[in-house]
Amino acid sequence: MTTAADAPEQESWFQRNQQRIAPWLFLAPGLLFFMVYVIIPVFQSFNLSLYEWDGLGAAEYVGMRNYEDLYWEWVDRDAFYISLKNNLIWLILYLLAIPAGLFIALFLNQTVWGIRLYKSLFFFPFVISQVVVGLVFTWFYDPTFGLLNELLGLFGMGPLNVLGDERLVTYGIIVAGLWPQTAYCMILYLTGLNAVDPEQIEAGRLDGAKGLRMLWHIILPQLRPATFIAFVVTIIGALRSFDLISIMTQGGPFGSSRVLAYYMFEVALSEYGFRMGYGAAIAVVLFLIMLCFIAYFLWSMYREERGH
Amino acid sequence: MYSTFKRTTAALALGIAMAAPAAADLTGELRIFLDTSNPAPRATMEAMIERFAAQHPGLEIETTVIDREAYKTQIRNFLTADTPDVATWYAANRMKPYVEAGLFEDVSDLWAEPEIAENLASTKGAMTIDGKQWGVPYTYYQWGVYYRKDIFDELGLSEPTTWEEELANCQKIVDSGRACYTIGTKFLWTAGGWFDYLNMRTNGFDFHNQLANGEISWEDDRVKQTFANWKQLIDMGAFIDNHQTYSWQEALPFMVNGEAAAYLMGNFAVAPLREAGLTDDQLDFYQFVSINPDVELAEDAPTDTFHIPANASNKEAAREFLRFVVSADEQTEINNGSNLGQLPVNAQSSVDDDKFLQQGFSMLSSNSPGGVAQFWDRDAPAEMAKVSMEGFQEFMVKPDNADRILAKLERARERIYDN
Repeated sequence: MTTAADAPEQESWFQRNQQRIAPWLFLAPGLLFFMVYVIIPVFQSFNLSLYEWDGLGAAEYVGMRNYEDLYWEWVDRDAFYISLKNNLIWLILYLLAIPAGLFIALFLNQTVWGIRLYKSLFFFPFVISQVVVGLVFTWFYDPTFGLLNELLGLFGMGPLNVLGDERLVTYGIIVAGLWPQTAYCMILYLTGLNAVDPEQIEAGRLDGAKGLRMLWHIILPQLRPATFIAFVVTIIGALRSFDLISIMTQGGPFGSSRVLAYYMFEVALSEYGFRMGYGAAIAVVLFLIMLCFIAYFLWSMYREERGH
Repeated sequence: MYSTFKRTTAALALGIAMAAPAAADLTGELRIFLDTSNPAPRATMEAMIERFAAQHPGLEIETTVIDREAYKTQIRNFLTADTPDVATWYAANRMKPYVEAGLFEDVSDLWAEPEIAENLASTKGAMTIDGKQWGVPYTYYQWGVYYRKDIFDELGLSEPTTWEEELANCQKIVDSGRACYTIGTKFLWTAGGWFDYLNMRTNGFDFHNQLANGEISWEDDRVKQTFANWKQLIDMGAFIDNHQTYSWQEALPFMVNGEAAAYLMGNFAVAPLREAGLTDDQLDFYQFVSINPDVELAEDAPTDTFHIPANASNKEAAREFLRFVVSADEQTEINNGSNLGQLPVNAQSSVDDDKFLQQGFSMLSSNSPGGVAQFWDRDAPAEMAKVSMEGFQEFMVKPDNADRILAKLERARERIYDN
C-alpha cells in the first residue's frame, strides 16, 4: 500500500516529459551534425571574410575591405563581375534541362520491346562521373581534331574553338553540363509519369483533350512534385557548377569561364592563391544568392504542406 | 631523439656502426615527404634514399610520395601538424611564405660548411632569404629554344643569336606554312616563360627582378617595350593557333608533326619529344636570342629543393640527409640520363653526356652573365604570378588589348604589394 501511494512522487522528470523530449532526443544527432558542419561554418565564413589571412600566419582584421575589393572588381568588370555574370547565365540556361528531360521522359514513356535498354541508355550520362563528361566534351570541342569541327566542316562552316573563345566558353561548358542534368530530370519525370492517374486521362480524352492541351492541363499539373524537385536540383546544380569548369578550362581562357564557386576556390585554395578572407567573402556572396532560392523553396514547400 | 638513445647503443653493440663510424650517431625515425610522383623521378628518389639508409642502418626511414599537384596545397597542412623531417619544395619566392611564417628551418650552418659553400655557390642566391639559407637544391634544368633541326635545314636557316635574325627566321618559317613556335597556355605558366625571356632580354635581369618584386609599374615604358617585342612575334603568326586550349603536353604534337618548328620550354620537354619519335638529328637546342645588346644574357633555370620543416623532430638526421643529397657523387647519380636527366647542383659532379644537358650546362655556367632566374611563377608572389600570367595569355590571344591588360596588372600590383 505504501509503495502504491509513493509511486506518483517517484515518477521522474524524464518520465513526466517523455512525450515532449523523445522527438528532440531522436533529432539530437542530426541537429548536432547540422550545427557543426553547416550552421557554425556559415558563421565562421562570415567572420573570416572580415579578415586577411593566408592560412599560415596570424589573421589581420580588415573590416569590410574584402567586400570593398569585390565591389571594385565589379565596377572594373574584373574577375568578380565575370564570375557573377557567368553564374547568372548558368542559372538561366541550366533550367533548359527541365523541359528537355520532360520531353525525353514523355518520349520514353511507352511500352515497346527493349524500352528498358533505351531508358538506361538515356540515363547513362548521369551515371558516369562529371570528370568523364568534362573530358569527353573537351575532346569533342578540340579545335584541331575535335568531332564538333569535323561536323561543322561538313556544312562548310569554319573551325570553332569553343573552349578558347571567351564569348563561347561558358555556353560550351553549360551544354556539357546539360547532358547529365537532362538525364537526371528525365528520370524524375519518368517516375512522376508512373503516378499519373489514368482515369483523369480517360476523362480528358472524353472531353476531347489531345496533344499539347492534354499535356498542359492534365499531365503537367499531376507532375508538379516532379517539376518542383527537378527545379530544386537543377538550381543547386547550376550554382555548384565547379567540377566541369575545373576540368574543361580551369576558369580560362584568361578567366572568362569562372563562376563564383570556382573563383572562390582559386582565390583561397588553389596553387597560386591563399587569400582565405577574400575567398570567404566570395563564399558569403554565393551563400546569399543561394539563400534567396532556399527561402523560396522552403516557403513553397511550407505552402504546399498547409494546402493539404 | 633522446627516447631512441637506447636503440643507438643497441646498434653500437651489434657492431653495425663499425662499418660507418661517422654516421653511427644517427638513430630514430626520419620521415621524408616527396612530391616526385612521376614514375621515373620517384624511382630515382627511392633508390637514393635506399643508399642513404644503407649508410645509416640505425635510422628508420619512412618515405611518403604525394602527387605533385596535391603536394602544393598539402604542404600547408603538414608543415604545421604531423610534420615530416625533410620535405621537397621550390626555391626563391615560392618558399617565402613558409620562411616568413617560420615553418622552414634555417640551414645556414650547412651552407657554412666548406663542402657545400664551395660547391653549391651558384645556387646559393636562390636559397637565400633575409641573408639566411632555408634549404638545399637537388636538381635544376635549363630553359631555352628546342627546335626541329631538319626543318631549319630544309629552309636553310641557322640558329639565330639576335632579334633581327630571329624575326627573319620566323618569317621564313611562317612563309613555309608552319608556325615558328608551339605553345599551350591553358595552364598559363608557359606564357610566363615567354615573358621571362622577352623581359629579361629587353630590360635585363635586375629590372625583371624589380618587376617581380613590385618595385616597377606595369605601365612603365620599358615594360611596354617588352610587350611590343612580343607583339611583333604574335602579329606575324609565330605561335600556333588556339594555344589557350592546350596544355604544354598537348602542344607537343605540333612540333612532332612539323606544324611548328620550335618550342620555348624547359629541358623536361626533351623526353616526351624523343618518345614521340624525334631523333637527336632532328632535335636541337639554342639559347634564347639577345634583344637589347646593352643588357647581359640571363636565363631561367628552375631549381627543386629539399627543406627541413621547423617542426621536424629529427633535425640532426635531416641535416645529414641534406648533406648526402648534395654530395658530388649523389648529384652525379640522381641527375644522370637514366634518372632525373637534369643538371647537378654540385660543381664537383659530372654532367650527363646527353647533348641537351651538355649545352644547357655550358650555357648556364658560361653564357648567362646577367644571372639565373627561377621562373616567373616562382620569382613573383603567387597572387601576382596568377594575375599576370592570365594577362599574358590574354595578350597572346588579343595583342591589341595590351594597354587594358597592363592597366589591370598595375591595379593588381598596387593591391598585392602594399601589405
